[in-house]
Amino acid sequence: MADVQELRRSPLVNRTQEMEQASGSAVSIREVRFTTQVGLRAEPGTPGYVALATHLGGLPERVGDVVGDVDTTAVLWLSPDEFLAVNEPDSGLAETLTDVLGDHSGQVLELSANRAFIEISGPASELVLRKSCPLDLHPRTWKVNQAYATEIAQTPVILWKVNEFTWRIAPRTSFADHVVSWLLDAMLEFSHREV
Amino acid sequence: MMLIDCPYCGPRNETEFGYGGEAHVAYPEDPYALSDAKWAEFLFYRDNPKGDFAERWVHNGGCRKWFNAVRDTITYQFKATYPAGSPRPNVSGGSQ
Ligand SMILES: [Zn+2]
Repeated sequence: MADVQELRRSPLVNRTQEMEQASGSAVSIREVRFTTQVGLRAEPGTPGYVALATHLGGLPERVGDVVGDVDTTAVLWLSPDEFLAVNEPDSGLAETLTDVLGDHSGQVLELSANRAFIEISGPASELVLRKSCPLDLHPRTWKVNQAYATEIAQTPVILWKVNEFTWRIAPRTSFADHVVSWLLDAMLEFSHREV
Repeated sequence: MMLIDCPYCGPRNETEFGYGGEAHVAYPEDPYALSDAKWAEFLFYRDNPKGDFAERWVHNGGCRKWFNAVRDTITYQFKATYPAGSPRPNVSGGSQ
């Protein structure tokens, strides 16, 4: 029997080479493949919320907040009672959190195939994103490890600043191709050496 | 571009929001007791004031939550936004 892991294709696999070629010292782009994504629904203050929060080391309490970080497990705020947990491929996070929630009211949903994760990094990455994002990306407003639902390339995305010069952009998979095309175009001016 | 102050996300561009008509229209306690005329009134009849109007809005481009707003229909000024289920706040200050 074929190994399913061998057969799966990430949404942006066809753009790998293009992304490599477009990457440089000012800004680079790559796909972060097969991240585990788990949707959580729980009303603050309820037993289910408390159980999930206790296991995850808290849940983000306000817009922009992220609990955890990119190297371990991160939980992003989506709304007062909705969160997105993200970590490495095949972590089994959904199963773990389903057990944690148990019979309490709330929801744990395996959503790993829902969004593609595109990472752009480098000193010019903020300038690239600024061409399209309506939110204020300046470091005085947008701190490291904050994430917001917003738009890039007229497409709804979750935008997450994972460190000073690195951003992860998560559009729904069917829009990922379009977002990459847009980003490659926006990156073009930074690929040339300064004169 | 107008900014709308989502109760959960803060000020965001108006393009991220959807409109849901008049707020605080309570579902009939006993729908079966209503005449057709009363049912039609519940479904379709809405106030259309000149001035402050309590409305339902949804933040599609952010938290995807429904909330309520008091908006001046003459100036388009949003005088207050508040979570769905909360009572309509008193807003003072007339339209300019
Ligand atoms: Zn919102």
